[in-house]
Amino acid sequence: MKKIALLGMPNTGKSTFFNRLTGSIAKVGNWPGITVDLLSAKILLGGDMVEVVDLPGIYNLHGFSDDEQVVRQFLEEQPVNALVVIANPTQLDRQLALVLQLRSLGLPMILLLNMSDEARRLGVHIDVPGLARALRMPVAELSAKYGQGFPQVRHQMEQILRQQGTPRAAQTGVLQEDDALGQELNTLLRQHVTIPVQIKAGWSERIDKLLLHPWLGLPLFFLAMLLLFEAVYGVGTPLQDALGWTLDTVKTTWLAPALAGFPPLLQNFLLSGIYDGVGTVLTFLPIILVFFVGMSVVEDSGYLARAAFLMDALMSRLGLDGRAFVMQLMGFGCNVPAIMGTRIMRSRSARLLSMLIIPFSLCSARLQVFLFFTSVLFSPRTAPLVLFSLYVMSLLAALLTALVWKRRFSSYEPMLLEMPPYRLPTLRQMFSQGWQQSRHFLAGASGFIVLGVVAVWALTHFPTGVTPAGPDTLAGILASWLEPVFQPLGIDKLLSIALLFGFVAKEIVIGALAVIFGSSNEALGGIISARMDWVQAYGFMLFTLIYTPCLATVAALQRESRSWGFTSFSLLWSLGLAWITSFLFYQGARALGL
Amino acid sequence: MLQRTTLEQIIPGQCAVIQGISAGRELSRRMIALGLRPGSQLLVLRRAALHGPLQVRVGHTEIMIRRGEAAKIWVQPYPGGPT
Repeated sequence: MKKIALLGMPNTGKSTFFNRLTGSIAKVGNWPGITVDLLSAKILLGGDMVEVVDLPGIYNLHGFSDDEQVVRQFLEEQPVNALVVIANPTQLDRQLALVLQLRSLGLPMILLLNMSDEARRLGVHIDVPGLARALRMPVAELSAKYGQGFPQVRHQMEQILRQQGTPRAAQTGVLQEDDALGQELNTLLRQHVTIPVQIKAGWSERIDKLLLHPWLGLPLFFLAMLLLFEAVYGVGTPLQDALGWTLDTVKTTWLAPALAGFPPLLQNFLLSGIYDGVGTVLTFLPIILVFFVGMSVVEDSGYLARAAFLMDALMSRLGLDGRAFVMQLMGFGCNVPAIMGTRIMRSRSARLLSMLIIPFSLCSARLQVFLFFTSVLFSPRTAPLVLFSLYVMSLLAALLTALVWKRRFSSYEPMLLEMPPYRLPTLRQMFSQGWQQSRHFLAGASGFIVLGVVAVWALTHFPTGVTPAGPDTLAGILASWLEPVFQPLGIDKLLSIALLFGFVAKEIVIGALAVIFGSSNEALGGIISARMDWVQAYGFMLFTLIYTPCLATVAALQRESRSWGFTSFSLLWSLGLAWITSFLFYQGARALGL
Repeated sequence: MLQRTTLEQIIPGQCAVIQGISAGRELSRRMIALGLRPGSQLLVLRRAALHGPLQVRVGHTEIMIRRGEAAKIWVQPYPGGPT
């Protein structure tokens, strides 16, 4: 099959072009030795099936940033029929250097000048035929966002594919240093490109005056984040609940009667193991979709770069940048999409550090557990304060983790960020991310989640003949072994079984407690308040807050880091931190006579 | 002797020409790729509060650069506001 690689600098609209070219059929391909997700899609082009690969945006072919190394490795190892290079014509003065570097690889190439509408508006003029002659490659103008010029570009891609029969790999060893290209670059720019020196104070600058205002910038940023949070979770969480309710109804009204003829254990396995496992995966889809629609608005509008600018003074001290802060905040709704969203950070170490701290964000599922416990064990007057203290603990745990590990995950990538002009995102851009990410989550995480749910089901249902989730099940035996670990935290055996359920999903902890104590959900409050005092309850909540968020978060961590080592490290660190925090609180409170 | 001025010292609204970059290979490459090369004219748009980064315009590109990195670029300010 023929293969085309898409290249260009960041912020040139490369992904928008890729989405327009391939529709929404892109998949994360598997390329040996390459550690970042590369999207690729097979499309029909000029009568042939052609695989199009979207390579990460790079500034330079010589560089040693993670993305630059990936691109070099890909070009060296994967033979391609042609390179399609995307550039922003208003910035051709600096982007042409990359074009010249790529041309020296000797592969068939086509240069696309994207955002032609914007360039025209800014008075940028490019002599396209002249540039094509001088570069000895086809050059075409288009707007990938709105589609102008796209059919011609497709036609030119078909032509170049017809000329080049056999795919070739590049030899990046022959790359010329930039100095050698300087002469040619200057000639090209002088002869074929007119970029006005005079830059009018555009509306982008006026918006910046307000949004980056020395006093108003930060309050406006927090207001924007609040609105984003409300929009994403105000829509996403009810959708998630509705889907959960539907799945439950289907289970009790259709599935359970249909399986009535089966042996009870098999029935239970199919309903509480497999079906609930699949259900857990499905309930994350609405929130992932809505999350990425929201993030696309923030990112494609250009505001994300402004958030990085505003928060950098604080975040750089934690070894992170402002984009990590946005993800951390969004993690307070749900950790899973927030972890997936860290891919906007292109340095792997910065991404890993960010993924390490997001699981401490007190998500809405954990909030349900805390609302229950605080309402049962604290007076209406103190309950809100207790809840607030848990949010503070959540931030402290993240802060501590960042400070402890920032050196280990220090990034060598220079923190120079482009601040693109404000742009209106299109509906197409908004939904393509959400759609792609939902599919990746399904493909990459579902197996692991279903397996985990089934494993916990097995632990709480074997051996047969005893009360499910009771002290005689495997889970109960495990809890007995772990008693010396949990006793110093004031967490008894039955509660530690609930923590095992909490590993699957925090939403089911309360339901699990009801099963464990053999009570109804309504009577559970009485049982809990009779069994625990507030010190034990707060210690339990601290542990629940800090230890493993949920199976889906673990699956997202593994998928995004592509490393079991990192995933286990993250698990162990949060477990350890949860234990120490709970221990210090419980023993401290007891020592004070509380 | 002339005192060397760095980008970090340029106040918002001031224009300057880049004289030289004394950064490591990787950092200077990235700077050049973003248009920060000797001879380029730039305009400092603003500085973030609390010793935060600078927003700099060079050509049609606006860049956020931390003060530590801005201190590695020496410049010659020239009179007049934004052109």
